[in-house]
Amino acid sequence: MLSRTAENLYWLARYVERAEYLARTIDATLRVTALPAAYIGKTNEWDSALLTAGVSASFYEAYEEANEQNVVEYLAFSPSNPSSIKNCIEAARLNSRSVRTALTSEMWDTINSAWIELQEVWGKGTSSREELARFLRFVQETSLRFDGSAYRTMLRNDAYWFSRLGLHLERADNTARILDVKYHVLLPEEEHVGGPLDYYQWTSILRSVSALTAYHWVYRETLKPWLIADLLILNDTLPRSLASCYSNLVRNLDQIGVAYGRQGASQRHARGVRNRLEHSHMDDIFQHGVHEFIQEFIADNARLGEIITKQYLI
Amino acid sequence: MAVAFDEMNGPGGDLRPAYQELSRWLKETPPDALEYRRQEAELLFRRIGITFAVYGDAEAQERLIPFDVIPRIMSSKEWTLLEKGLKQRVRALNMFLRDIYHGRDILRANVIPDDLIFQNPVFRPEMNGQDVPHDVYVHIAGIDIVRVDADNFIVLEDNARTPSGVSYMLENREIMMRLFPDLFARHRVAPVEKYPDELLSALRSVAPLSASAEPVVALMTPGVYNSAYYEHSFLADKLGIELVEGRDLIVKNDEVFMRTTEGLKRVDVIYRRVDDDFLDPLTFRPDSALGVPGLMSAYAAGNVTLANAVGTGIADDKAVYSYMPDIVKFYLGEEPILKNVPTWRCREPKDLAYVLDNLGDLVVKEVHGSGGYGMLIGPAATKATIEAFRDKLKREPEGFIAQPTLALSTCPTCTASGLAPRHVDLRPFVLTGRDHVTIVPGGLTRVALKEGSLVVNSSQGGGTKDTWILDE
Repeated sequence: MLSRTAENLYWLARYVERAEYLARTIDATLRVTALPAAYIGKTNEWDSALLTAGVSASFYEAYEEANEQNVVEYLAFSPSNPSSIKNCIEAARLNSRSVRTALTSEMWDTINSAWIELQEVWGKGTSSREELARFLRFVQETSLRFDGSAYRTMLRNDAYWFSRLGLHLERADNTARILDVKYHVLLPEEEHVGGPLDYYQWTSILRSVSALTAYHWVYRETLKPWLIADLLILNDTLPRSLASCYSNLVRNLDQIGVAYGRQGASQRHARGVRNRLEHSHMDDIFQHGVHEFIQEFIADNARLGEIITKQYLI
Repeated sequence: MAVAFDEMNGPGGDLRPAYQELSRWLKETPPDALEYRRQEAELLFRRIGITFAVYGDAEAQERLIPFDVIPRIMSSKEWTLLEKGLKQRVRALNMFLRDIYHGRDILRANVIPDDLIFQNPVFRPEMNGQDVPHDVYVHIAGIDIVRVDADNFIVLEDNARTPSGVSYMLENREIMMRLFPDLFARHRVAPVEKYPDELLSALRSVAPLSASAEPVVALMTPGVYNSAYYEHSFLADKLGIELVEGRDLIVKNDEVFMRTTEGLKRVDVIYRRVDDDFLDPLTFRPDSALGVPGLMSAYAAGNVTLANAVGTGIADDKAVYSYMPDIVKFYLGEEPILKNVPTWRCREPKDLAYVLDNLGDLVVKEVHGSGGYGMLIGPAATKATIEAFRDKLKREPEGFIAQPTLALSTCPTCTASGLAPRHVDLRPFVLTGRDHVTIVPGGLTRVALKEGSLVVNSSQGGGTKDTWILDE
């Protein structure tokens, strides 16, 4: 297939995944900030939302204060934030239009309908909590529909695999970032990680990666930070865990390798990262430092993106 | 202006046979049911994303072409005649192009003046003496046809460069079949769905000699911002070929390749929807970012076929158009089946004088214009517009032709005040491959939605209809 088509499919999936992640982040933050102050401590949850979205610096160039109104506007609707939900959906539509021939009509319909709704219903943003909640649901449902229609209607060929690569790479990045922010940036050094005040923080992490119920099924325990880290990093059964993302990346890259009759740097690199995840134990990670581990992972993940681009997309 | 011929209710208001069943159906169908279907159709178009861009209109970057749900119907007898005339005309166009870029018999015979060719900006000296596979220049032609009575088809324009609109022919039919299955059950409508197959086999049949047994065909688009982008992606999809942009292609050793995830892959035939000027920055406009450097040298080396060929603009130039009856006679020795609209060439002083005296009754068109831009419709224009045109004509007479205002035929159309006659034209698509010319039965009917308007172009507020050829 054309390199440009593969590139568009890859980015299309990334944008949709990113839009969903941002919607979940806003949603989770709204829930925490709705709690009485005594339950959430002194941290600014909106600041943390910006950090997990990786747009803190650019936000403060445009705004003074990280409050609900400003952050929601910036993350969801701002035209000047290149990865706002609105811009993600716009970019997804533009990418879809460029590769219409490679999409099934169901996928196109999902993206195009979302884009139309974005203009017609959400063109002016939201003016109440209820509206915002509806908007966030709309974004999450769009992503679910897109993912579902890709899964159910696409031929299992390179077009599908490149689209999956974009999805899992983006997802791994998002999960890693949210863990990093909660583990490292938010919690003051001296405070015991996992103190009672943090309970709602952890709930909110799990919520933003849709793993709250999963946690209880897997561990049958009250929320414990190291178990949450175990779930999000090492547990292959959780679709948003780093381990699961890398199982998928390795598999999809192998499928491409088999179809093209050739393996390359991206297959090797992905396998390397997956092996490291497979052979890691939470104890070692804690000893080594969760922050360091995740930072390394984020860099490795970004590196995989570069290698895939070089090997296939240009 | 004469009273227009109505295709449903002929002269004297007699229901014409092809429309009998439709007329019965219309009487049985309540008007609000029709309106409901119309809205449904619009929703479908929007969801599928069948849009076009209007140049110079920032507000509505993507618009829908209004779709009218009342089909335009022709009998098989009418179609047979039209088909014969179209094939004749396209054959002559191809022979004319071959001649102009080779022996130029037609110029030596003084059938058309030399300077009309050599002074013409769409004449491409690069094509002099260059052979194209099987002498096919115009692989895809869109011939605009109008009717003024029951017996005559008149060619309004030949489109021999990159005619568009065929996606509407196909999508209109799809949507009509979804919305009105009962109406289809009551008619025997000839199918149009074979068009993509016919197009692909025509394109494959003209692959260069150096191509493999399974020639690789690609559709080249200027990109997502082009007004016909939807059509480009639609056709690539239906043909099962890659939709490429200039940046996806690269020329090496006079061969064209596309960049794929598995490395470079040779392309043999390019169905290009990019104008000559933008094809290759080394040969044509150096500022073109849409083209492929070196494409023309691969073309000259005979390693790639471009469809349509470079330089076909000389055949659909509106001044050359006026010579089409002579061109048909010259190459085929036959009387033209399709008539031309009488045309005054403003480059000729006698014609210019007549045109200037009768501006209020004439349609004046730019020789190189298209899409209904830059034309004057005398009877509908204000005094000031007419005077402005008069100045333009005096300044640059060779840039214009003039024609009488035709009373284009009308078809019943949904309007705010119920069904009413509106003027229509028809663009059938004629495909020419290695050894035959084919036309799927139908075409794109464009309809001027404003009462009394004669301008059917989508860029000027025109709509479309499904075109039915009855298979009796």
